[in-house]
Amino acid sequence: MKTVASTQYSVPSDPIRRWLQASALALAVVVFMGAGDSAARFKDLGHRMMCACGCGQILLECNHVGCTYSDKMRDQLQAGLDKGDNDDLILQAFVQDYGPTVIAAPTASGFNRVAWIMPFVALGLGITFVIFVVRSWKNRPTPALADGIMIPHGSELDALRQKARKETDL
Amino acid sequence: MGSPAMSTIGSFALLLALGLSGYSFLAGLLALFNRNAVSARLGETARRAGIAAFAAVLLAAIVLVIAAFNNDFSIAYIFHHSNRELPGAYKFAVLWSGQEGSLLFWSLLLAGYGFVLRLRYKTDQRLFAYASVIIASVQVFFLLILNFAARPFGIIQGGIPADGSGLNPLLQYPEMVIHPPMLYLGYVGFTVPFAFALGALIMKYPGEKWIHITRRWTMVTWCFLTIGVFLGAHWAYAVLGWGGYWGWDPVENASLMPWLTGTAFLHSVMMQEKRGMLKVWNMALIFATFLLSMLGTFLTRSGVISSVHAFAQSSIGTWFLVFIALTVAVCTYFLVRNRSHLKSEHKLESLVSRESSFLFNNLLLLTLCFTILWGTFFPIISEFVQGHKVTVGAPFFNRVAVPVALLLLLLTAVGPLLAWRKTSIESLKRNFLYPAIGAVAVGGMMILFGVRPWEDPSYFYATMAAILAALVIFTVISEFLRGGRVIAGKTDQNLLSAMVQLCHRNTRRYGGYIVHFGVALVIIGILGTPFNKEVEKEMGFGDKIFIGPYTLVCQSYTQDDNPNYGNEWAIINVFRGGKQITTMYPERRFYKASGQPQTLPRIYPSFLEDLFLVNDVYLVYEGKNETTGRPIIKAHLNPLVPWIWIGLIIMVFGTIVALVPNAVVVRVAATTPVRTPAHVGAGD
Repeated sequence: MKTVASTQYSVPSDPIRRWLQASALALAVVVFMGAGDSAARFKDLGHRMMCACGCGQILLECNHVGCTYSDKMRDQLQAGLDKGDNDDLILQAFVQDYGPTVIAAPTASGFNRVAWIMPFVALGLGITFVIFVVRSWKNRPTPALADGIMIPHGSELDALRQKARKETDL
Repeated sequence: MGSPAMSTIGSFALLLALGLSGYSFLAGLLALFNRNAVSARLGETARRAGIAAFAAVLLAAIVLVIAAFNNDFSIAYIFHHSNRELPGAYKFAVLWSGQEGSLLFWSLLLAGYGFVLRLRYKTDQRLFAYASVIIASVQVFFLLILNFAARPFGIIQGGIPADGSGLNPLLQYPEMVIHPPMLYLGYVGFTVPFAFALGALIMKYPGEKWIHITRRWTMVTWCFLTIGVFLGAHWAYAVLGWGGYWGWDPVENASLMPWLTGTAFLHSVMMQEKRGMLKVWNMALIFATFLLSMLGTFLTRSGVISSVHAFAQSSIGTWFLVFIALTVAVCTYFLVRNRSHLKSEHKLESLVSRESSFLFNNLLLLTLCFTILWGTFFPIISEFVQGHKVTVGAPFFNRVAVPVALLLLLLTAVGPLLAWRKTSIESLKRNFLYPAIGAVAVGGMMILFGVRPWEDPSYFYATMAAILAALVIFTVISEFLRGGRVIAGKTDQNLLSAMVQLCHRNTRRYGGYIVHFGVALVIIGILGTPFNKEVEKEMGFGDKIFIGPYTLVCQSYTQDDNPNYGNEWAIINVFRGGKQITTMYPERRFYKASGQPQTLPRIYPSFLEDLFLVNDVYLVYEGKNETTGRPIIKAHLNPLVPWIWIGLIIMVFGTIVALVPNAVVVRVAATTPVRTPAHVGAGD
């Protein structure tokens, strides 16, 4: 009871709590905005985009001689960062300039979500299937035993031994 | 200069090969449906026609190579893929450097495999006859394309040019002389187990003999495909110059997919051999592997998906789609019709058993394959649904495939410790304790050395991969040690020779462990990726780049010229700890015939300085700054990458060991009563 009481006392009144939450949110926003310096953000965003020249390489990894796009795109990315744009804004600007294929992976919105979900759906279905198969195998009835135990001899014993060897010696 | 005779001979040889293959298919099919003396003779002629088809395709391939060496630019293919000053090795490689030539090479390898198969027909005449007919049908498909859609001996229109357009500069690299043949030997090779499997299914072949017959074929094929995939990765690393070896390009993906299903087949087929289980599954797996090989060729050829190295694109994609659809229909029909023949002979007795580990191993390999297939084709699906393409690149595959690959690695470590039928928890604990302690210690050491897995997902994955790779290595070592100690105790040998003997007694099992060891080394090589560093700088004489423990000092630049290309080199001295350790020459070439430039990176693996934590110093001469005229050098420091290539060598070695027949065969006379228990493999 004492603990409950102390907890109740420690909870701030509603306006104060709202102010605290708002401050924490603001702090978090500031912290996350400041997280990673410009060079790290440049590297991160540069690896989330493709070079638009058609070489099929990540923007920061495109190095083919005479590429007319990659330098321009890198400058554009750096300019966006210098301007203080957030990541979404920068990516959006690139999509407008170069089309949706400039983003190196499907976004997590709309139909593109399916791209991310399907592999895990497949894994889930696979696991369900394997469990189903294993259970059905385990539940399969074993052959009934004969009344008396027959001790195998001769070629029958050899066949059994051969089978045992086959099943145990990988 | 060329003569029309070469083109005529080549075209005739291909037409003859088509006729012979068509006969081999039709006559072989007729012979299989009727069992009388006439049919037997007909079947024999079909077999011989298949053998003769190999000679005809070989002749066509030889003619094309001779045309390349003779600079016969009257043949359009030679004009487009060669030039007078192309070095001899690359003239030979012209055979597989373009669309038509590589299809001819496919056909040649298939005919070669068919030739060997048809010579060995006495092993089981009826099963081999079925396999021969199926191979002939695949051969007919390729020869139809070669004769009517992608003709390698097509004559150039107008006058004969004085020189050719030259080979794509990216292909002028020594590995390109061996990478495509290896990959194709793998792709084409899977036709053989596919043919045996389908033949066995159609004829309701009793028992597992078809698996024994194809076991070596499958392993050799898998080994070729493995080498091909890794050589492709190494080529990308050493030629493309972006500092990486795997970009999840559609063509790379195309080679990985059949490798994954082939690997699943190699594992699950043991369940059929040992326990008579998973018969339908194994059929489906080998069918899928063959179809994925065809799909890979379709992806490379059709241009349906843009790729960084789809070198030869045309409209023959439709041919492949029709063939793939037909193959799926035939395989599905026989799988459904004859499914009663594929009933499992045993039941699963425990979840903690080798059988269930194989099941989950297959599940994860197939999930990985599906993920790659899905990611590769999603741009097309997106265009169909949303009306526009999206890119599915490395960020997608890394995020989705890596967790599944880690689970697979865990299973690679645990699986071999499980016994067939049932494993007691006690024995699992006993076998698993020390490897697990070792693996956790590796993880602890990584954290001690400053890796913070909680700071970044890539560090988390790297740490997990290190722990699991260590677990695989320690379990493999413990298996060798345990078996070796038993033999050493019985035979008074030292431990090393006892382990060699152990390996020789059961080559398949211990060869497999060596392959697992190689896989773990490959993973160790890959896990260095998050720790890569790169610096790009304009470098004048005496300028320096500091990267990791290395100081790179630009000594000079130089130029050279030969009939094929002109080039510029940067001469960079590499220092470490104040001492010069090497000089590197990153290069930029200008190919004269094609007029294309190319950068050629230089790589220095630091084995002499770091035995285990080896780095690649990777330098690229990117060209000159147009404004300042100063050369730009990009330096990468790629930790652990050399382990990938060492891992490949060990994987190949393990496969070779697994192919060697066992040294000790336990023979017991059928009538001799046995008084002592029969020997079983150590650790089983």
